Amino acid sequence: MSENVTSNPRSLGAVWRRLPVVHQLRQSVGLQRGMLVAGLVITGIFLLTAIFAPLLAPYSFNQLRDDAGRFSPQEPPSAKHLLGTTVGGFDVLSRVIWGSQTALLVIVFAVLLSIFAGILLGLVSGYLGGWVDRVLVVIADAVYAFPTLLLAIVAAIVITGGESDLLGGVLAASISITVVFVPQYFRVIRAEAVRVKSEAFVESAKVVGARAPRIMFRHVLRNSTRTLPLIFTLNSSEAILTLAGLGFLGFGIEPTQAAEWGYDLNKSLSDVTAGIWWTSVFPGLAIVLVVLGITLIGESLNDLADPRLRARRRRRGSTAADAAAAAAPATIETEGAR
Amino acid sequence: MTTTTEAPASPPTAAKPARSKSGGGGLARYLLVRFLLIFPTVFILVTMVFLFMRVTGDPITAAQGGRLSAAQLQERIHEAGYDRPILVQYFEYLGQIARGDFGTTLTDNQPVTKLLLEYGGATLELAFYALIVALIVGIPLGMLAAYLRDRWPDAVLRIFAILCYATPVFFAGLLLKLIFSVWLDVLPVAGRASARTELQITSIDSPTGIYLIDALRTGNGAVIGDVLSHAVLPGLALGLLTAGIFLRLVRTNVIGTFSMPYVDAARSRGVRESRLVRKHALRPALVPIITVMGLQIAVLLGGAVLTETTFEWEGLGFQVAHYLQARDFVAVQGIVALLAVIVAVTNFIVDIVAAIVDPRVRF
Repeated sequence: MSENVTSNPRSLGAVWRRLPVVHQLRQSVGLQRGMLVAGLVITGIFLLTAIFAPLLAPYSFNQLRDDAGRFSPQEPPSAKHLLGTTVGGFDVLSRVIWGSQTALLVIVFAVLLSIFAGILLGLVSGYLGGWVDRVLVVIADAVYAFPTLLLAIVAAIVITGGESDLLGGVLAASISITVVFVPQYFRVIRAEAVRVKSEAFVESAKVVGARAPRIMFRHVLRNSTRTLPLIFTLNSSEAILTLAGLGFLGFGIEPTQAAEWGYDLNKSLSDVTAGIWWTSVFPGLAIVLVVLGITLIGESLNDLADPRLRARRRRRGSTAADAAAAAAPATIETEGAR
Repeated sequence: MTTTTEAPASPPTAAKPARSKSGGGGLARYLLVRFLLIFPTVFILVTMVFLFMRVTGDPITAAQGGRLSAAQLQERIHEAGYDRPILVQYFEYLGQIARGDFGTTLTDNQPVTKLLLEYGGATLELAFYALIVALIVGIPLGMLAAYLRDRWPDAVLRIFAILCYATPVFFAGLLLKLIFSVWLDVLPVAGRASARTELQITSIDSPTGIYLIDALRTGNGAVIGDVLSHAVLPGLALGLLTAGIFLRLVRTNVIGTFSMPYVDAARSRGVRESRLVRKHALRPALVPIITVMGLQIAVLLGGAVLTETTFEWEGLGFQVAHYLQARDFVAVQGIVALLAVIVAVTNFIVDIVAAIVDPRVRF
């Protein structure tokens, strides 16, 4: 891409700077950088919460009593239960914290599964072309146009028959989400594969005698991944929303097996009418924050990838904010104005 | 090319015009191809739904599983014909769909098509309110954000747009309910109308099922007011979700057209800034919005299931949730298949509109 003028271009630093998000962070200015940083911070907090849930949560997600006796249901926030208790007598704070773990598991499973299936199908379809390609494209189009949630519901019915434990529930949600996401990865990778396969280096690989699988994975795939971080973030946030939607409709994970925000929101539906706000507001805010954080990263990556949307430093009639932002990180001027 | 600006959100919008380029032949040919595409789309979705539901078992075991003895279960399965080879059942199912028969619910023996007639109006009404909210909020704010790009109002608006997307409809619904119905007590908590209004509306001859139209026909101000007051919160909850998407789309596309030379030319001729945004930059940016609006139908239908459950709005989505709880998967399968047809047909209509508005699409 561009030459770095400030420091040693080789070594670990150079590799570090070319990593997806790091590269964009250095490229960004002003508000865009602010959005990206905010997104990274929120997502970081989410990841830490999910990993350290057992240490952070005051109680377990399915704990109904402690040494002092049973938790009373629908208790307002107090010193003992910082965010109150649910209608079932669970501690809201604990369930919100544990819920992050379920959400992270689903993101990891769902995105890994769909990346794997989508990339494979997209690569084969785009590189080989022919009738397989056409059929796959029509199928992907059909699935793409269909309401995500309805498709996920149908998939969830098959996989779980309605209810399940943590692993089963997470897998079911992940697979349901995968079914919906595969077409998106498929589309992107296919489009890239079609673009890349007419490049000269693919031609030369063929002349040298490389076989199709090798060309596909070594030459085409390596050059088709530039939009993946972007879709990755978009899908992660959509995975959380779909999981919450499934949970809200009663296809979540049983409350004794794991904490799931959508399920808790469903249980709090009737609380709201009675003015009990703490059972719904906190799990809901957790969903909003996590999706917000991940989407902020995705949005920023999208803008930075598009030269028309990238904030420009040297521009006739640029605003005061632009000028201020431009003055600060002068060292990467050459890269940004490229 | 303004269509590719929103790359991740709308790959199909970018892909469709590209594929139809090979044809030539103009509008008629384009419409024919698009029309014929409805059939494979519906076929694929219906097949997928069928396979999903049947590969692992039959709906009767799923619904009644623990409650019947093995012999009773077997008898019921045999009666319904679920013990025949899956291919036979599949072709029979396709035949039914082709004849417009989407099955009968297990729990209360209702034909699914009747459910559509009974509850479709409510969902349509909700989608209509949501679209209005989305357009009123999304388009002007998107133009504003584009015009003030990279300044603080733009940042605020973009974060608002992301928040709209990040908030699950049901959570937005719960918050709205909490604020406006419980704390401020100015709007009704749930339902499509109060009991008295509902009585007045259903008693007029040949009610449409779309309460707004029926209320207008009664000509009674109180009835109309009641119906509208019930519509505000669900319409907002579902509409804001789409508004965020419209806002982003308008912003990106107006930024795209705003940097075109013809806008500079117009500006140098002394055209006012407000007119530049409204006429010169917005018009060409509207084409992708129409296409995305079509894709939003799917989002709205999915969101309707959640919104209707949150607000006890008795439409098709509410029914899906209801039958899911009752574990009546024949009903769910039927409604989902029916929605597949509706989605395919609306996408076709949207494509026609897009082709009429934008000549580039059809050549």
